[in-house]
Amino acid sequence: MTGARRHLLGVADLSADEIEGLLTLTDSFVEVSRRRMPKVPALQGRTVTSLFYEDSTRTRLSFEQAAKRLSADTLSFSVSTSSVAKGESLRDTVETIEAMGVDAIVVRHRSAGVPHQIARWVSGSVVNAGDGWHEHPTQALLDCYTIREHLGGLGGRHVAIVGDINHSRVARSDVWAFTKLGAVVTLVAPPTLLPPSVEGWPVRVSHDLDAVLPTVDAVYLLRMQRERMAGSLVPSLREYTSCYGLTRRRVDLLGDKAIVMHPGPMNRGVEIAADVADLPRSVVVDQVRNGVAVRMAVLFDLLGSGRDLGGELDREGSR
Amino acid sequence: MKSIVIRGGQVVDATGTRRADVLVEDGRIAAVVEGGAADLAADVTLDAGGCVVAPGLVDLHTHLRQPGREEAETVETGARAAALGGFTCILAMPNTTPAIDSAGVAREVLELGRGAPCDVRTSAAITVGRAGTQLTPMAELAALGVRLFTDDGTGVQDARLMRHALEYARGLGVTLAQHCEDEVLSAGGAMHEGAWSSRLGVPGQPREAEEVMVLRDIALARMTGAAVHFQHLSTRRSIEMVAAAKAEGLPVTCEATPHHLTLTDACCAGYDPVFKVNPPLRTDDDVAAVRAGLAAGTVDCIATDHAPHAPEAKELPFDQAPPGMLGLETALALALTNLDLPIADVLALMSWRPAAIIGAHDAHGGPVAEGRPANLCVVDPAATWTVDPGALASRSRNTPYAGTTLTGRVRHTVLAGEAVVVDAEAQR
Repeated sequence: MTGARRHLLGVADLSADEIEGLLTLTDSFVEVSRRRMPKVPALQGRTVTSLFYEDSTRTRLSFEQAAKRLSADTLSFSVSTSSVAKGESLRDTVETIEAMGVDAIVVRHRSAGVPHQIARWVSGSVVNAGDGWHEHPTQALLDCYTIREHLGGLGGRHVAIVGDINHSRVARSDVWAFTKLGAVVTLVAPPTLLPPSVEGWPVRVSHDLDAVLPTVDAVYLLRMQRERMAGSLVPSLREYTSCYGLTRRRVDLLGDKAIVMHPGPMNRGVEIAADVADLPRSVVVDQVRNGVAVRMAVLFDLLGSGRDLGGELDREGSR
Repeated sequence: MKSIVIRGGQVVDATGTRRADVLVEDGRIAAVVEGGAADLAADVTLDAGGCVVAPGLVDLHTHLRQPGREEAETVETGARAAALGGFTCILAMPNTTPAIDSAGVAREVLELGRGAPCDVRTSAAITVGRAGTQLTPMAELAALGVRLFTDDGTGVQDARLMRHALEYARGLGVTLAQHCEDEVLSAGGAMHEGAWSSRLGVPGQPREAEEVMVLRDIALARMTGAAVHFQHLSTRRSIEMVAAAKAEGLPVTCEATPHHLTLTDACCAGYDPVFKVNPPLRTDDDVAAVRAGLAAGTVDCIATDHAPHAPEAKELPFDQAPPGMLGLETALALALTNLDLPIADVLALMSWRPAAIIGAHDAHGGPVAEGRPANLCVVDPAATWTVDPGALASRSRNTPYAGTTLTGRVRHTVLAGEAVVVDAEAQR
């Protein structure tokens, strides 16, 4: 499937086969990551730029690590020290970067749809690293990979996504990724934190976490932001935690093999109790680890056109 | 001034339809010869074969951007776009910089419009700076000819102030127009709140943000007896409420835009800010209801809400880009192409009915008859053309209809006896 698509803008545009293909490709890069010298020359001579208009630790570092392990050159763009601070427009910034000769732009922006706009302006590839409340496709891919690793697959599995669904790009990507791979998804949130309409979404909706937990194979907790209280969406973090937080008591409602997931950064004591985050069934660290291999797969898929993966993996990267 | 004969067309106005040639001399219609007359002689002959000859169109909702945003549009470029669209009269909206909230700014806009290829009239703000707190000098503005007051771009949020504005306006015999939007309910919304906004992760504004203000202002019209004109209505319930108010005999009128008759929120799926507009594009059901409102007479007129924006403004992220789309050059063709209405009904909605709302019917929208001011448009209802943003006369390019093929084209426009558009080309 390598080379079939130019951009990764969202999971909603991917078919189940394309998602499976990327997960299979990820297997190869997980293997590479385990090597003593975890680097291959697959994207030697290619340049990947990260264009982050919003703060990020794990996604940005994860993409940079992925690009470096593929031997791509990386350019990093930070809004605070760039011409954006001087008022340069998005389009001018993007065209300036492209003029320097880059093959892929990895973009994070607080506004939904910015990767789509950039994709109309550039000839290279665009990877969405999170756009507003819209999508975060590589997060969804690494979540699928992590679920597959722990539960053997998504088909027939029940995943509850809990918390601030409406303001979550992770939720919007995960809903499509999980359901396309055959999982049943239940969104659990107070009505104020659900999207205004879930018409056409292949999901169930519940406002009762206690009732849902015994039936799930994975519970996925979303970050609860303090500013939601100012908007009268929930009365207090305390009440949120009492209704929707994964407390120690609620963990006991889960089946023996059910896993606990979180995209990070966690608010310990709000959506997840501190001791729950560190339980063996919490796979948060695996999610982060798999993120690098998944992003290697995505970059190789978009930029490795015409290159033979098997051959590339047999060679060691230059130091 | 050169005399003109418009030869070979069907004359359509509020009195009916007839085959006639029209002679224009010294700014007025000198003769209307039914059946046509080969011996009518004039300096200029405009061919109207296969065309409808009608009173010029009147737009109650044009953003000309001058003063303050001349990079997007000027009175001159907007008036030229209007003439090409068949309009002989446009009403400038007051959300300029500074706002049209004083006699000085109103005079400036009217002065800029003198000599333009369209009769440029102006509305004025209801409140100073459109800030919603203090009434503008309405009597002084009315004395300059302002007939319609609006804070367009925002609605008057304060119900008590709106009540007093209506009472005051009633004493002057002017009309208040409302951009219906409860800003607390709509806050942050960049598109219609619904299935598409939910899916796209774009903050939405619910229908109810419009509807609560329509409901409020109908109540205030009942209370004060003053006329209210509802601008760019976009939802089913807004139309239903206005229909009920009219049935009750309240002095309310309303307009709908071509885009709310033809486009839906699904257009926003690619995050192209050219589809961002306020009120936002709604759903199929709302479009059907607004169309039905036109056919039923609930909606009094089609108004363009022509809202030019410079290209760089429409390249901002979707949630940051300014709302608005071009309308003057495509409005008539969109109506003819998309509405299942006879051309006479479309012309009523775009000429004589809006003319009556702003008291412009002395010069515009009146019957094509001897002695009347010669403000006319000649429309080829069968001509097809494809919208090319680069070919528009507006200074801006933000049409959502790029590449769309439309049926119906303005061939000629006559303003005060002068052919300002001939064969779809602006003459100045």
